[in-house]
Amino acid sequence: MKLLEVKNLHAAIDGNEILKGINLTVNEGEVHAIMGPNGSGKSTLSAVLAGKDDYEITEGEVLFKGKNLFDLEPEERAAEGLFLAFQYPVEIPGVSNMNFLKTAVNEIREYKGLEPLSAKDFIKLIKEKAKLVELDPKFLQRAVNEGFSGGEKKRNEIFQMAVLDPKLAILDETDSGLDIDALRIVANGVNKLRRPDNATIVITHYQRLLDYIVPDIVHVLYNGKIVKTGDKNFAMELEEKGYDWIKESV
Amino acid sequence: MAYTEDNLKEDLKNKEYEFGFTTNIETEKIPKGLNEDIVKLISKKKNEPEWLLEWRLNAFRAWQKMTPPKWAHLKIPEIDYQDIIYYAAPKTKKYESWDDVEPELKETMEKLGISLEEQQRLTGVAVDFVMDSVSVKTSFKEKLQELGIIFCSFSEAVQEHPELVKKYLGTVVPTTDNYFAALNSAVFSDGSFCYIPKGVRCPMELSTYFRINEANTGQFERTLVVADEGSYVSYLEGCTAPMRDENQLHAAVVELIALDNAEIKYSTVQNWYPGDEEGKGGIYNFVTKRGIAHHNAKISWTQVETGSAITWKYPSTILKGDNSTGEFFSVAVTNNYQQADTGTKMIHLGKNTKSTIISKGISAGFSQNAYRGLVQVHRNAHNARNYTQCDSLLMGDKCGAHTFPYIEVKNKSAKVEHEATTSKIGEDQIFYCLQRGIKEEKAISLIVNGYCHEVLENLPMEFAVEAKKLLEISLEGSVG
Repeated sequence: MKLLEVKNLHAAIDGNEILKGINLTVNEGEVHAIMGPNGSGKSTLSAVLAGKDDYEITEGEVLFKGKNLFDLEPEERAAEGLFLAFQYPVEIPGVSNMNFLKTAVNEIREYKGLEPLSAKDFIKLIKEKAKLVELDPKFLQRAVNEGFSGGEKKRNEIFQMAVLDPKLAILDETDSGLDIDALRIVANGVNKLRRPDNATIVITHYQRLLDYIVPDIVHVLYNGKIVKTGDKNFAMELEEKGYDWIKESV
Repeated sequence: MAYTEDNLKEDLKNKEYEFGFTTNIETEKIPKGLNEDIVKLISKKKNEPEWLLEWRLNAFRAWQKMTPPKWAHLKIPEIDYQDIIYYAAPKTKKYESWDDVEPELKETMEKLGISLEEQQRLTGVAVDFVMDSVSVKTSFKEKLQELGIIFCSFSEAVQEHPELVKKYLGTVVPTTDNYFAALNSAVFSDGSFCYIPKGVRCPMELSTYFRINEANTGQFERTLVVADEGSYVSYLEGCTAPMRDENQLHAAVVELIALDNAEIKYSTVQNWYPGDEEGKGGIYNFVTKRGIAHHNAKISWTQVETGSAITWKYPSTILKGDNSTGEFFSVAVTNNYQQADTGTKMIHLGKNTKSTIISKGISAGFSQNAYRGLVQVHRNAHNARNYTQCDSLLMGDKCGAHTFPYIEVKNKSAKVEHEATTSKIGEDQIFYCLQRGIKEEKAISLIVNGYCHEVLENLPMEFAVEAKKLLEISLEGSVG
């Protein structure tokens, strides 16, 4: 089933067009990788899908689970199951991870017309998910991302993803700033969360993450457009040849 | 699209002041204005001993020669002290039992969330309720009496325990300390008194609710808390007032005395009427609060200040005894046209004295919010330690946050640390919350509560809940 359909999407910031006609379809059960050189529009695409209001949508449409994505507020998109793992996770001093996630879980449940989770069930849930991403439970008491190392922040993103259990997760440069061990842990977490009824978009500059999270489809984004699409072997080819040959061929 | 800063501004403007009602109850008032006769009249109404009248008159004469302080970062309109009523009291004088209290008054207390019966049953908080000038009802008195704890209205203390009042009154805040303290000393009408005997740990929170009800009335209450050697008490005060177009003056004095090895924890949730969205009306809150900590004693001030048109207030601690400790935890919120100049003084006199200051200012609307603090280490205060952290949070771009820290050190062994930050609620923080499914208003409340976390965690449980609710109301319109 189609989860996400992006049709001829154009978006601009301060009058500068960044996305210039993106077409992309993601079905349930698929993992897509979006690669591309710096400045090609990768992060803009994820921000536009998540609903950051710095961007102006100038053309095109996006359907998420068949609904017009742009009719939904950012928090509604999240409640509908769209998750963005941030490239630069934000610190919220004084708010414990536990409290933050509890608020998020219960807000989403409220959106769905469900009762808040009991304290007992919530704790059971987060303990189980913390194990999945090899997160030390003491992290739960710490303030959201405050004083976390780069690797800890990224792992915390995947942990939040595990708890919120989205339909579509977008990982924005989740591999940047990770050493190889952290990369392996993060990738393992993502792989464990893969199911036939959800999907993942991995946005990355480097092929190395794709050794761990093996994609079904690989796209190259360049100058605001998807210029090439291939299977997982295509990523290897990119790694070998770099992006220059693509720049030349478009 | 998303909830923008403009929406937030709109919500902030429309925030409700839920305590803005007036109670229709007969009151006894004296004529407007201030002179020696008025001071004498107040003293007579309270049936006070001669020494107290003299004390008042001395204060009054000193006050006449003083001028209002001008150094605060506040624009204070000229106050006509002859246009204020200095004494107003609900007409029924004495309440022997709960049944004697008028239904209107009971209703007022219930609206304020302090149904005494409920409180007594559920929370075990002893409450003293001061409306306008007179203490209406103190609960739990008998139970406290068994432990030798005195908790009563100030007037009652003057009658029943004159020796204690005489011994301690004005010892921490002298009558001539400052303009507003002098005024209070001359005309104070009531307040709370508390004495904890040697070695007694007060088993419940003691709480006073202050309420200004009458128009054109000033409220000048006096609180005196004495913790004898080795005792402990946690004291709470809450304040509300009706919505009125004219400004009303509140000039209180609080004195705390912590004798050797004693500990006093004093918590305030101040929610006087702040005025409307255009800055009309509201309470002028000019308060002097100070404590003295003797050998190995500890005084801890926690305040959540969300109300008042103008706040001028510096709860301070004199660390007189060796090894004594002072703490100040403060959240001050200003919105619309509110102004606050608030902070603390930590005066280190004894050896090994320690003080901690955590101040969190939040400014929104067109408000001005200043932290002003003094850390003073005297010559003999060997090994004094101070840690100050002073943070400001700005919401919108029309408000101001200011920090005025003063540090005076006369002993080389002192260690004084000061940290300060100013931040805005980041749009990236809000977006991060939204992306996790958390609505804008909830996100702001989460971020603000997180910002105030270190202060709120020092409040007693039931007060912390109230304070969090108040923060939400103050900053987010209708979220409850």
